[in-house]
Amino acid sequence: MQVRVANVSKNYAGMAALADVSLTVGSGELVALLGPSGSGKTTLLRTIAGLETPDTGIVYFNDRDASEKRIQDRGVGFVFQHYALFRHMRVMDNIAFGLRARRKNRPKESDIRQKVMELLDLVQLSGLEKRFPSQLSGGQRQRVALARALAIEPSVLLLDEPFGALDARVRKDLRRWLRELHERTGHTTLFVTHDQEEALELADRVVVMNKGQIEQSATPDEIYDTPATPFVFSFIGESSVIPVTIGNGRATLDERVIDLDVGALPDGPAQLYLRPEDVEMVTDGGPGIPGLVVSTRRIGGMRRVTIECGLARHRIEFDASAELSIQNSQRVQVRIIGGRVYGAGQEGYATEKLAASATADFKWAKAEGWLDR
Amino acid sequence: MTEAEKAATAQQRRQKQAIGEGPITRGVLIALALAFLGVMLIAPLLVVFIEAFGRGVGVFFEALTSPHTLSALQLTLLVAAIAVPANLVFGVAAAWAIAKFDFKGKAFLLTLIDLPFAVSPVVSGLIFVLLFGANSALGPLLDSYGVKILFAVPGIVLATIFITFPFIARELIPLMQQQGSSEEEAAISLGAGGWRTFFLVTLPNVKWGLLYGVLLCNARAMGEFGAVSVVSGHIRGQTNTLPLHIEILYHDNKAAAAFAVASLLALLALVTLAVKSILEARFAGSLAAQRRH
Amino acid sequence: MSAPAITAQPCGKPPRAKWRRRSVLPGFGLSLGYTLVYLSLIVLLPLAGLAISSASLGWNEFWAIAFDPRVSAALQLSFGAAMLAAIVNTVFGVLIAWVLVRYRFPGRRWLDAAVDLPFALPTAVAGIALATLYAPNGVFGAFLENVLGVKVGFSALGVVFALMFVGLPFVVRTVQPVLEEIDRETEEVSATLGAGRFRTVTRVILPAMFPAILTGFALSFARGVGEYGSVIFIANNLPFESEIAPLLIVIKLDEHNYAGATAIATIMLVIAFVMLFVINLLQAWSRKWFGHD
Repeated sequence: MQVRVANVSKNYAGMAALADVSLTVGSGELVALLGPSGSGKTTLLRTIAGLETPDTGIVYFNDRDASEKRIQDRGVGFVFQHYALFRHMRVMDNIAFGLRARRKNRPKESDIRQKVMELLDLVQLSGLEKRFPSQLSGGQRQRVALARALAIEPSVLLLDEPFGALDARVRKDLRRWLRELHERTGHTTLFVTHDQEEALELADRVVVMNKGQIEQSATPDEIYDTPATPFVFSFIGESSVIPVTIGNGRATLDERVIDLDVGALPDGPAQLYLRPEDVEMVTDGGPGIPGLVVSTRRIGGMRRVTIECGLARHRIEFDASAELSIQNSQRVQVRIIGGRVYGAGQEGYATEKLAASATADFKWAKAEGWLDR
Repeated sequence: MTEAEKAATAQQRRQKQAIGEGPITRGVLIALALAFLGVMLIAPLLVVFIEAFGRGVGVFFEALTSPHTLSALQLTLLVAAIAVPANLVFGVAAAWAIAKFDFKGKAFLLTLIDLPFAVSPVVSGLIFVLLFGANSALGPLLDSYGVKILFAVPGIVLATIFITFPFIARELIPLMQQQGSSEEEAAISLGAGGWRTFFLVTLPNVKWGLLYGVLLCNARAMGEFGAVSVVSGHIRGQTNTLPLHIEILYHDNKAAAAFAVASLLALLALVTLAVKSILEARFAGSLAAQRRH
Repeated sequence: MSAPAITAQPCGKPPRAKWRRRSVLPGFGLSLGYTLVYLSLIVLLPLAGLAISSASLGWNEFWAIAFDPRVSAALQLSFGAAMLAAIVNTVFGVLIAWVLVRYRFPGRRWLDAAVDLPFALPTAVAGIALATLYAPNGVFGAFLENVLGVKVGFSALGVVFALMFVGLPFVVRTVQPVLEEIDRETEEVSATLGAGRFRTVTRVILPAMFPAILTGFALSFARGVGEYGSVIFIANNLPFESEIAPLLIVIKLDEHNYAGATAIATIMLVIAFVMLFVINLLQAWSRKWFGHD
């Protein structure tokens, strides 16, 4: 089933959680909603589920306005970050809940039982049907929650930070397992995450969100290689930022020309975003930008070097070969071989923003919370 | 219906609460709760004040200033002034022992502290009658030394202490358990002595909880009827507390006077509730998470 | 000496099984000692007095009193009325807790504070207020008798109403915090799985609250069994009709029939403890059954 979000806006206590968001998810697609906390990704997911009602805009399921249906009849499988298992029910009853709640076409109890067993097999929990949720590990609970959502044969599967509460190893296993499950069952699936690695590894398409808006919606490769905005560039992977000046269609740093395509950017100040692999050391005596090494540390097979360069001593991080011997305070020459230039007025993702979005989160949580429900 | 109207109703439908009860169910439930509380709790409170002033302000003040009322008030204040501090000291000691240390039999000790809650007020009075009454071992012995406990002030005080025994301990123990003892351990490691640690570290942390407990303990101490009724002997001007005085006036067919005295205690209850609500609203974090009375 | 260092045996004696864990905090002996002495003097000794008096009665005398028709009628009334009141309170207490936790409406905070009124209002005050309200010529009494033909004041039904007043806050205050803690997401997930609101409430929310509801019921019931002050004014205290067990104890005491009073008190305590024990078992069972542990 195709899901289409059309111009959806949602405000909490005067703050825009979603600002005119439009998004189309194709049938059978596996899409990640990625963004920092407070970016609106969970609100978008809950709006698609029908757990939130948009202030304006419409969510379409296969070109039908989803709000025509009650949430009970929408057929969305929603998996919460903390699973929200019914702790007074055994695993089996948790999974059977949706089938038993049907008013029409309720399957026979024996069919329900068989279906539950199939699902338990699918999520690799056979034999645990008599357990209570409290007797399961985090990863097992997660899979029960998934089986419970799958039991109603949902038209779309929505997962809110599905691996957020698990430790790193279990998370990796479950990620692979979920990818395989998706390939087998082919549900249209959206999941929310703040973990870029998870989004890039798992999804067909990644939707990067910031401040209630979609910054970019593209394949993992495109997201990494051609980030549409400085925010996407700096949120995904590692990056350094240095201010440059545009003039005559070229970017310059302290009047040294940097050989990069600047597109149609107007003359004036701009920002150069660099990945660690966009910079290399000049070892052949050729031209380069001089810099002073402030730190080096070994990362895997590479050496991560931080230098200060330019008059304003901008910091650049890059990877050098581990064989090169580089010491602190050493003077080096570097050459810029990649990176993207963004014009003024666009903002990247900075740690300072985290504090701001944390407060925003808090305000939303308050507005979202228990008031008036 | 025009297109615009259709769009408007569609939008309205979308604005509905995603989950939760509809406005009608909600309204009915609120109305039911309000009606039940109104009939069961608010109406009796109102009746007290209406009846108190029903025969005019003159009767009201006459009842309040009669010598028997004044002596009952005096006794009630005296009893509370002894019972509350006694249980305060006990509550703090018990909370310190139970919350700050681990020892075997703790759960059993907690059950014993709760015991007076489970005993009927009348039975609470009865046990002191059995202990100090004319056919007990202790009663005649104390009597021979001229010490009167039963049908005298000491008996009333004892019964009141028994009834209000768990209040302060029950508020402090969970609060202090919740707070743990790392702050006290830090104080000790910085060289503070036990008393200093208690007064400078522990007490400031539990002061609101303590006040909360004292408040409830005091309300019960001043209002206790059953237990005190059994041990008092109802001697007017001597062993009559305010609640007992209310009973006497009521049975003497002096309803207006009875309600006048009752309004005094109802006022105490209202003040207690007000302070309690303020404490809960302002200092929710410094009260025990789950309270029972 | 080349002792194998792997089996890290402690030198000297193996550590004794201590009854308490060591702590750097001082004052354990003092606080626990004071707690135990005070507890023994105020609570345990008087209660032991009751046990001794009861034991000295002898079986024949004890059973004669227990099976006295008037006594068993009073006991039946006390336990029956308390049970009925606790059931009504459980239904309305859960409703009130629900409304207070889930809905926002003007005056909610006042209502929340008012729930505690029965804790703060002395029982004698409540008693005369309820008696006035439900008397045949009172506001509610006249209405109930003329319109519905039900006599509440001065009847056994009056006992139930008084116990409802006294026990209501126990249910509300036990259920309320649990309801506040309930995971909102389980309701949302239930809705996405297709369950209607009624099904969500009955299958998801109420089972999660069940242990708390049971506790509230037990507390309300226990309080009702022993209640005296609020009941004696509203009931006309006729033997075999509206005479509660605590009142019978008081009557026996007035007649200087200590044996009778002791026997009734003992029966009340034993039945109350047994019922609370059973409810505790039920609760442990339900906590396990509903996966709370």
